[in-house]
Amino acid sequence: MKTYTLTINGKRTTIEAEPDTPMLWVIRDYAGLKGTKFGCGMGLCGACTIHLDGQPVRSCQTPVSAVKATSKITTIEGISANVDHVVQKAWIEEQVPQCGYCQSGQIMSAVALLKSNPNPTDDDIDTYMAGNICRCGTYNRIRKAIHSAAATLKTEAGTVKKSPKQASR
Amino acid sequence: MSAQKNTTVNRRDFLRYAGLSGTAFVLGISSATATDMATVQTLRSTAPNPGYTFTPYIIIEKSGKITLFNSKPEIGQGTFQSIPVLIAEELELAPDQYTVLQTGGESTFGDAQFSGGSFSVRSSYNDMRKAGAAAKEMLITAAGKQWGVPASECYAEKATVVHKPSGKRIGYGELAEAASRLEVPKSPVLKDPKDFKLIGKSVKRQDVPLKVSGKAVFGIDADVPGMVYASVEHCPVFGATLKTYDKTATMKIAGVEQVLEVERVFGVYKSTGVAVIARNYWAALKGRKALNVAWDYQGKEAFNSAGYSQSLRDLAKKEGVLDAGAGDFDKAFGEAGKKIEAFYETPFVAHSPMEAMNCTAHWKADNTLEIWTSTQVPSDILRDLPPLFGLKASDVTLHTAFSGGGFGRRLAIDFIIEAVNLTKAIKKPVKLIWTREDDTQLGPFRPQTFSAMKGGISADGKLVAFQHKVISPTIMSFLNPANDKTKLDQTMTEGISHQAYEIPNTKNLFVYADIHVPMFWWRSVTSSTLAFSHECFLDELAHAAGKDPMAFRLGMLTKDSDTKRVLQKLKEVSNWDTPLPKGKGRGVAQWDFFAGLGGQVIEVSRRSDNSVKIDKVYAVIDLGTVVNPDNVKAQVEGAVVMGITAAIKNGITFAGGKTEQSNFHDNPVLRINEMPAIEVHILAEGGKNIKGVGEPGLPPVAPALANAIFAATGIRVRKMPFDIDNLNA
Repeated sequence: MKTYTLTINGKRTTIEAEPDTPMLWVIRDYAGLKGTKFGCGMGLCGACTIHLDGQPVRSCQTPVSAVKATSKITTIEGISANVDHVVQKAWIEEQVPQCGYCQSGQIMSAVALLKSNPNPTDDDIDTYMAGNICRCGTYNRIRKAIHSAAATLKTEAGTVKKSPKQASR
Repeated sequence: MSAQKNTTVNRRDFLRYAGLSGTAFVLGISSATATDMATVQTLRSTAPNPGYTFTPYIIIEKSGKITLFNSKPEIGQGTFQSIPVLIAEELELAPDQYTVLQTGGESTFGDAQFSGGSFSVRSSYNDMRKAGAAAKEMLITAAGKQWGVPASECYAEKATVVHKPSGKRIGYGELAEAASRLEVPKSPVLKDPKDFKLIGKSVKRQDVPLKVSGKAVFGIDADVPGMVYASVEHCPVFGATLKTYDKTATMKIAGVEQVLEVERVFGVYKSTGVAVIARNYWAALKGRKALNVAWDYQGKEAFNSAGYSQSLRDLAKKEGVLDAGAGDFDKAFGEAGKKIEAFYETPFVAHSPMEAMNCTAHWKADNTLEIWTSTQVPSDILRDLPPLFGLKASDVTLHTAFSGGGFGRRLAIDFIIEAVNLTKAIKKPVKLIWTREDDTQLGPFRPQTFSAMKGGISADGKLVAFQHKVISPTIMSFLNPANDKTKLDQTMTEGISHQAYEIPNTKNLFVYADIHVPMFWWRSVTSSTLAFSHECFLDELAHAAGKDPMAFRLGMLTKDSDTKRVLQKLKEVSNWDTPLPKGKGRGVAQWDFFAGLGGQVIEVSRRSDNSVKIDKVYAVIDLGTVVNPDNVKAQVEGAVVMGITAAIKNGITFAGGKTEQSNFHDNPVLRINEMPAIEVHILAEGGKNIKGVGEPGLPPVAPALANAIFAATGIRVRKMPFDIDNLNA
């Protein structure tokens, strides 16, 4: 057993675990954050997706020993305090989830997609999201929700830009 | 008592539940209080303060807080919204005025606490509305008494009773105590559907905010103080069991506490595995890998798919037992101008819900049992589990969590029995989690069905003789060794004799095939395979008769029927009569079965001589009455995706007695980049029967797709799965 200090959703946590323990089980059973889900254990389904320093990673394939003490870990619980992240709101508006089990991972991937590509095409979405399986088949709603979140972000950005100086251009 | 009765729900249970749905509901003040119940959100008994119960399904607290109970487990199909809303509509509640709790098999809520067979909404539609209407009448009566005015001058809106002449208002919370003492009206007046505010509207699901924030609690999320984790090495060869094992290496893994033998019982299947108990799940997995196990294969290692499929082809030569018939098939087929015969094959498939099987169980010092799990069958757990362990139902507390998918897999309780065996042995709360590999490989699977088809066409191009002979193993014989294998098993000939087509001479048959592999209900069950052979063969016959496949079908539907309406709607929405550009093709299929009725037109583009792309799916579902249109659309979209996966991705195959596939790389499911556009149309014209939602979107997928492939490429697909990137002529 080794002691690890981790920063999960902005909170410093000290845990004792074997070095090869995947972050999936560290997050779920040591840190007690159950929103990150076990789907396949092989990095094939994306249900366990978290952000490591802003990058989406499969937590079932990330041993705790590979995570630096300075790294920022974000889970589904960390993307908003009141279920009001633009992606979550789009997911609610489009009524995306059915069983919901894969949706934490879907949302973590979608948040990362929009960060790197704020205006994705259908093809961009397909390429980026192809690693996340949904057995209930909510894919078309996921696509729609990502477009709608992108549109909201654009509108918000537009609103911010409408300072007097820019408006006069 | 048979193993079947003790371990699983069976189709007869469904029929019994369905038959009772009108009378089983007892209106009455229940002794249940909310504190007896488990909440889905927390999995613990942190339900509201005891309130006043109006029928077991409604609790109104003095504070005005209202709790409604959902007795149909939420497995993704939307019952968390679509069942309580039936009460809320009649009770005059707005969607944000009530909290929903999931029942856990308590006898108070009757013996139909299950989600399966697309039964939930249609079996609850009248009963739940009556419960809401009765409570509303009681609240109005109480208000009238309190104010000294006739109840007829009062009405309810938004959890408030209003006195119309004076405009006085009083909240349900203030009336709850007095109202709960009143006699429950036997025949409460139900609202006229035209006055519905919630039913028939796309009201947002209350579980969705929980599911986009990681707050929804699934079975795998159960957390019990002092809990240990378990992973079980099961015998990979079906029908075989444990010989010996060596745990030396396992016990050296940090965190491993114990290794023990554990039994999994399921239908005729009984096998002993080796369980590793550890302080964390990773240690349990590592400990399991370090086990050295010797299995007693008992000759079952010779079993393989190639041999089994050949045995089914050989069995097709048998006449079989009669499913149903009309006219004189043999004579009409003998005299037909054109005789067509074809053989169709479908594979075993796994359910593969995203949440692998798991169960947390705690056998306590006082010999009571507490269970936390994702299940479709709370009532069956309370009925079947206690006798297996010498307990009374009252000794068992069940917490029904959200299910990370069901699709029929969670109608079985084999993994729950396994977890209880473990906790009983180690006397600690234990969380058993199957790996994805366990979930893919151990079954149960949807049965493989083969179909031998015959059709006779008259000189004027009419279908005069039709035969569908099913050759397959049966779920019922897997579940119950005493099942009579010489008799017809109608669960394996589902729908083949019940389509609305007017065909003068038919003779449908069934041939039983033995097997020892676990099999079970899978979303739309046998209809998902038999619709493929049935509706593809009709397409073959249409082409043989020189007719358009849609016109050929409608030509056999001269009388008014739901099927006719579905096909006419499909014809309209898919622009069937407008020719597609060159290189594209469309196919049609429909299916009417126990769960309901749906039809689809699928369009494909030809990419090469032997490959296609799926462009668009037009789906029609026939419901009679619809409770939540957006959710119905979601269910049909999901069924289409699952249907495409079953049609074009790997099935489950066996070699060396074992399942060959193990995880999503070799048992793939459709991904977002493979999605066609899907357009769903609901027929809800107030027909007298409410039909099911969860399953009817699935059976038409494979045949509509295969028929479209023929239209686009001339390649006739007769075997599932088929690779649309590399089709075989």
